Amino acid sequence: MSAAHNEMGEMHSPAHASHSDHRHPEGDYAPVFVGARKTELDELLTRYPTKMAALLPALWIVQEERGWVSSDGMAEVASLLDLTPAYVKGVVSFYTMYHQHPVGQHFIQVCTTSPCNVCGAEDVVNALLKHTGCEELGVTSPDGKYTVIEVECLGACGFNTPLMVNEKFIESVTVESVPALLASLG
Amino acid sequence: MGFPHPPHERETLVLSKYFGDKDAIGLDGWRKRGGYVALEQALKMSPAEIVSIVKESGLRGRGGAGFPTGVKWSFMKPGDGKPHYLCCNADESEPGTFKDREIMRWTPHALVEGCAIGAYAIGAEVAYIYIRGEYTEALAKMNAACKEAYAAGILGTNAMGTGKTVHVYVHKGAGAYICGEETALMNSLEGRRGNPRIKPPFPAVAGLFGQPTTINNVETLVAVPHILTNGAEWYKKFGRPDNPKSTGTKLFSVCGNIQKPGNYEVTLGFPFKDFLYDLCGGPLPGRQFKAIIPGGISVPIQTREEAENSPMDYEGFVANGTMLGSGGVIVIDDAQNLVKQIARAARFFAHESCAQCTQCREGTAWTTKILERIVAGEGSAEDLDTLLDIGENMTGKTICVLSDSCATPVKSGLDKFRGDFEALIKKKKVHMVPAQVA
Repeated sequence: MSAAHNEMGEMHSPAHASHSDHRHPEGDYAPVFVGARKTELDELLTRYPTKMAALLPALWIVQEERGWVSSDGMAEVASLLDLTPAYVKGVVSFYTMYHQHPVGQHFIQVCTTSPCNVCGAEDVVNALLKHTGCEELGVTSPDGKYTVIEVECLGACGFNTPLMVNEKFIESVTVESVPALLASLG
Repeated sequence: MGFPHPPHERETLVLSKYFGDKDAIGLDGWRKRGGYVALEQALKMSPAEIVSIVKESGLRGRGGAGFPTGVKWSFMKPGDGKPHYLCCNADESEPGTFKDREIMRWTPHALVEGCAIGAYAIGAEVAYIYIRGEYTEALAKMNAACKEAYAAGILGTNAMGTGKTVHVYVHKGAGAYICGEETALMNSLEGRRGNPRIKPPFPAVAGLFGQPTTINNVETLVAVPHILTNGAEWYKKFGRPDNPKSTGTKLFSVCGNIQKPGNYEVTLGFPFKDFLYDLCGGPLPGRQFKAIIPGGISVPIQTREEAENSPMDYEGFVANGTMLGSGGVIVIDDAQNLVKQIARAARFFAHESCAQCTQCREGTAWTTKILERIVAGEGSAEDLDTLLDIGENMTGKTICVLSDSCATPVKSGLDKFRGDFEALIKKKKVHMVPAQVA
């Protein structure tokens, strides 16, 4: 492909993430982009005419490796893509799927938008809260195993109620099938 | 086909013929079903010839706007010395719509082929398929299909041995309905917040990376190989004889309070009444349809009478008070509190607003607040006038149409089902049959 650049391209002057004084919530930060993950990022960069375009894929790699995207993770990505950590945080905070905090072992997102709502999605949410021991939506269960949240349309409206457990998509969940579903998660 | 149901005899299976057929997913199986014959043929044609056939076929955008695809492609000027891009919009997030998901799950190579042909036709060497992050299965299938296509020499710098360069890359979204808006999608793909851009410039002038770009929906692109193989005349035959503006087959996703939800493929112009009662099995036992939203939650709500009167095409739905939109049919029956569902729709838009424009940022939240108040039995008579006033100020005044989309179910709901709102305000119980009947 040809290299295309435009005025809107790399508008942020490169900053040196290593000089930022952000907190280190994970203690000593071990970089994500080493070995195979670095190779993966290098391959991704060949797909786009700007480094910035690899931002969403790079953030996905961080989340796959660490389960969430920490400030250190953002800083590492910023440094690799010649962006500022603040810019990366601005992007991360726009999208709902990047976790800015650690989540339960089983992160459960239940669709309750209108098409599922008319088919009883709220009852499924209540059943999930009851059987996981989560006190309320978004609050991780005392054993740290579950976090349940409502999510906007998962795009499986004919298979209500759909939900996601981490990266796994599960269709046609009913109040009755909730206990077996949770048991299958381990 | 009516996946997950067996195909109905009145369906016309073109795009959905292999839904549910596991052997169609991989490259070998896809080739046995005629895969990549159209691409091979296309790469031997001139881009202008392809654009002309697609124009002649009457194919229109299946994402919602219904813009003629061939005309859109003809906006891309050949030989302008700039890199061109094709974006495939697979950020399917319009509530009620789940057709692109099935296309990608069952026939991923159909989309690779459609993208490759589309890219070549508009003078692009690169196509990006932007898939919403929640579609993990579709993402896995599309990534695997691209990998197979590269390994087989279908994609790459010598696509199908022709010496032409065609790259198709999958790009994973991260949770944002607004990224289905074309310029927001481009911003997101560039690694930015998914804020829609002011137009003009239009994508064909300055789109992705500031370069000439065409963006098409998944279903639009997968129709292209069939049109090239069978010809424009073949495609034009699908449709109402008295309406040449809507041609071809269309996938409709059906959900809500109906016997057989799923995806169905019919010719444009198919009678909506037959579709709802015959193909989809009609209402649940003991219930009646109350309101139908035929094109995803952004289009006006229809009464049952309006729906039963509609031919299922762009013009037929407009003549009956709504729009074809994305073809996501949401059915709401008489056991539901319609106002609650309109409030839920408003909450969706409030959650998904990118918050750039004041009318949208404030309007979606304010609308939600009032509607939820009414549902809770705490509404007042002037709330309805306020809702209409807010809706008026949210329409046609913002960078993109998310704001308008929030106002649409509210305005059409108040127009056609005002009694439901008033009953809640007067704290009268809306007549509902018990939900347990089913």
